[in-house]
Amino acid sequence: MPTEIPIPTVTQAIFLVMALFTAACGLMVVISRNLFHSALFLVGALFGVAAIFVLLEAEFLAVGQVLVYIGAIATLIVFAIMLTRGMMRGRTSPMNHVSGRGALGALVFFVALLGFLNKVPWPDQAQAIAADETMIAGLGDKFVTTYVVAFEAVGLLLMVALIGAVMLARDR
Amino acid sequence: MVPLSWYLILAAFLFTCGLFGALARRNAIAVLMGIELMLNAANINLVAFWRYSDTVTDLAGQVFALFIIAVAAAEAAVGLALIIAVYRKRKTVNVEELDLLAG
Repeated sequence: MPTEIPIPTVTQAIFLVMALFTAACGLMVVISRNLFHSALFLVGALFGVAAIFVLLEAEFLAVGQVLVYIGAIATLIVFAIMLTRGMMRGRTSPMNHVSGRGALGALVFFVALLGFLNKVPWPDQAQAIAADETMIAGLGDKFVTTYVVAFEAVGLLLMVALIGAVMLARDR
Repeated sequence: MVPLSWYLILAAFLFTCGLFGALARRNAIAVLMGIELMLNAANINLVAFWRYSDTVTDLAGQVFALFIIAVAAAEAAVGLALIIAVYRKRKTVNVEELDLLAG
């Protein structure tokens, strides 16, 4: 008599679908021979991460992830790929000369991580959040009270970084 | 409910993919994409730990994750600007050919 496979609940099934999608896109980012395909798979992985955030009831973060990561960073990456063409012929391998050792190191790291994760009894259930409690108001409140210094510092960092990026990529 | 360990395993796998991409790819932009994957994996970890913690109303995990997104945006902008500048000068973004500082 074979052991019965536990049937996942609806939430678990949704998580499994989104996690498989994200993991598959993530793997294809680093394996794909065509650089533009890698960028598109990165967009897919970022969408998957946003879906995971929604599953974790961090909806504002999910929207922020889509707006910033996909809308800004992934778009920047596509722009940079277009501006630095000539490397996407696809005849040669996309891996460099240390890729074998890199793969081995990454695999060892993954196995070690799983070993560590196994040792801790993680919780199976999360505390329920009250249905009418909005996290967004609390988030905005935290940004201007408890974390105001970090908030202002990140704003300054973004401004300086973007000015610097424009200066670096300027046409001379 | 989804056990916390499932989120952590997904984050670990994404981080490993990003690590392999950053180590093993030839194009500098592909290396940067690996770095973005690693940052996203850390974000998944943070938000999962926030959700399964005892102080969910403190929102510390979400705030941290939002800061990571902002810093990742700044870092990606500067990194890509550097890559474009290097391409203009050396006509290549192959990390094996950018070895002026190598011994």
